[in-house]
Amino acid sequence: MSIKTYANAIRDVLAQELRRNPEIFVMGEDIAKQGGIFGCTRGLLDEFGEDRVRNTPISENTFVGAAVGAASVGMRPVVELMYMDFIYLAMDQILNQAAKIRYMFGGKVKVPLVVRGQQGVGRGNAGQHSQSIEGLLMNIPGIKVACPSTPADAAGLLRTAIRDDNPVVFIEHKALYTTKGEVPDDPEFAIPFGKCSVAREGADVTIVCNLLYYHRVMEAAKELEKQGVSAEVIDPRTLVPLDIDTIVRSVRKTGRLVTVHEAHRTMGFGTEIAAQTVEKAFAYLDAPPERIGAKMCTLPFNLGLENAVVPQVSDIVAAVRRTMYQ
Amino acid sequence: MYSKELLIDIYLVMNQIRGFEEKALQFFQKDKLRGSVHLYIGQEAVAASVIALLNDQDYITSTHRGHGHGIAKSRDLKRAFAELMGKETGFCNGRGGSMHICDLDKGNLGANAIVGGGLPIAVGGALAQKMRGINNITATFFGDGASNQGTFHESLNLASVWKLPVVFICENNGFGISVPVSQSTSVEDISVRAAGYNMPGYTIDGNDVIAVLDTFSKCLERARAGEGPSLIEAKTYRWKGHWTGDPEVYRTREEVESWVAKCPIKRLRQYLLENKLATESELISAEQHAAQDVQDAVDFAEASPEPDPKTVMNNVYADEEAV
Repeated sequence: MSIKTYANAIRDVLAQELRRNPEIFVMGEDIAKQGGIFGCTRGLLDEFGEDRVRNTPISENTFVGAAVGAASVGMRPVVELMYMDFIYLAMDQILNQAAKIRYMFGGKVKVPLVVRGQQGVGRGNAGQHSQSIEGLLMNIPGIKVACPSTPADAAGLLRTAIRDDNPVVFIEHKALYTTKGEVPDDPEFAIPFGKCSVAREGADVTIVCNLLYYHRVMEAAKELEKQGVSAEVIDPRTLVPLDIDTIVRSVRKTGRLVTVHEAHRTMGFGTEIAAQTVEKAFAYLDAPPERIGAKMCTLPFNLGLENAVVPQVSDIVAAVRRTMYQ
Repeated sequence: MYSKELLIDIYLVMNQIRGFEEKALQFFQKDKLRGSVHLYIGQEAVAASVIALLNDQDYITSTHRGHGHGIAKSRDLKRAFAELMGKETGFCNGRGGSMHICDLDKGNLGANAIVGGGLPIAVGGALAQKMRGINNITATFFGDGASNQGTFHESLNLASVWKLPVVFICENNGFGISVPVSQSTSVEDISVRAAGYNMPGYTIDGNDVIAVLDTFSKCLERARAGEGPSLIEAKTYRWKGHWTGDPEVYRTREEVESWVAKCPIKRLRQYLLENKLATESELISAEQHAAQDVQDAVDFAEASPEPDPKTVMNNVYADEEAV
């Protein structure tokens, strides 16, 4: 085990995988000499050279599309999007091409592609650099979606993403890059997709959350404990595939579900989890599920306004109390 | 300068494409094909000539009007017609249809129903070829309409910056659905756009097999030598509507007939006879061969099974358990 930041955990896995397989390469904006604006590719250029660590022009649809083409013929590109908000520029290549190629071509092609980058609030980046995109991606058959909340999850899930034969969108959070945690040193350490992590066991309520809100929920859970409420905290880690069974099992135990994310509340992943939980555990619920997410409002620049849009720890605590009719 | 065998083979492929497309039209009119069917009739010289100079390790990407490219690259009319009919034996097992014919084994990275969608994928194919250090190239076919998509400009720029072995082949057939090129495109010759991306650009008569071969050979040589991409604009014309149900209100019968008179197949036929590269009986034999291939393809497709609805969820992911 080593203590690493979330950014270094990502960088180290990229380096290990680049060393392991010559068909893997990374590309994106400012990722070579600069090492990416958050440092996730720092030092890779020196070790692997400009052929495998490629700066791209600011042409998201085309460099993502070029990665789709290279992946279709067996290369394993890992593309960095500087901000996940820019995925919308590349959406044709992700949604109409990468996600559909395998199916539409009768299963004769694999697209082992990783598109990774960061999203979310935390740096005052306003409306076009702070969005959370995962809910939209869950509605596209053919791609997988991973969202690591800790340095260890970032390392283990990224290795699985790179070794996966499907297009994977790997969503990091900008406010987590400097967070630290223990990461296994084993260069084969990988976390399988579709397995929730039960971050905290509890008896009274199940809270499902990820990325920055995993940390905020853990804070809320401590506050709830002081109030005599025992919260079970579950991080799905991958939204596609989604380990609904672990969540349902937990809700059957606790009788209450609260979903928490930074993404807009409407059609966020909490909506899907709440719906599936109601379908599978209706009789066990003691209260309607609570869904916590950002208001349906563009993310504002001003910090006070931004905080008014995204959920606060107090909002999470209040939602849990509502499920207890308090 | 081109061998008799090469030219007669191109003649055969052009006749296969023509016969295939005529059959597709008949089948659509008889309600035996569903979906959008975009016919390549009139443009056969471009696909047949370019692809005649490629090998199976060279890649192509194609468009919604992709039957001709797919036939020329795979030389398998059976699986192509079966795909048009949505049959299990088609190139895509009936999952893709007319607009998505793909055959990776023969280097066809796929037709594409998004205008301009194939260009970045072609750039990626060429990137893989370059990174692997193999002496193969990628040819990407697209229409005049795609030359106004961002992906055209981004792809030319990226291929140029990275000196990738890709040849961009714009088939300017006069219309983006109903809109004439003059109303949609800032330049008369789309090839001039190559200058903006520091690569050679050529505008040629796309109905002239020899012109296509001459120009594509130069671009191919440049790409194989590692000197980077080129852009070819092949001016041609689609005889049929944008798709099989097009009312064609945007052009006159006289205009269409003036292009029918410039038939690329008749033109090659005449060239071969005049230059004594083929005898009348050799050409008739190629025509009969093509007609038989088309009939065999249709018979194969009609006799082929429908896909089993129980398999509908197969291949959403490479590992089936993911949902």
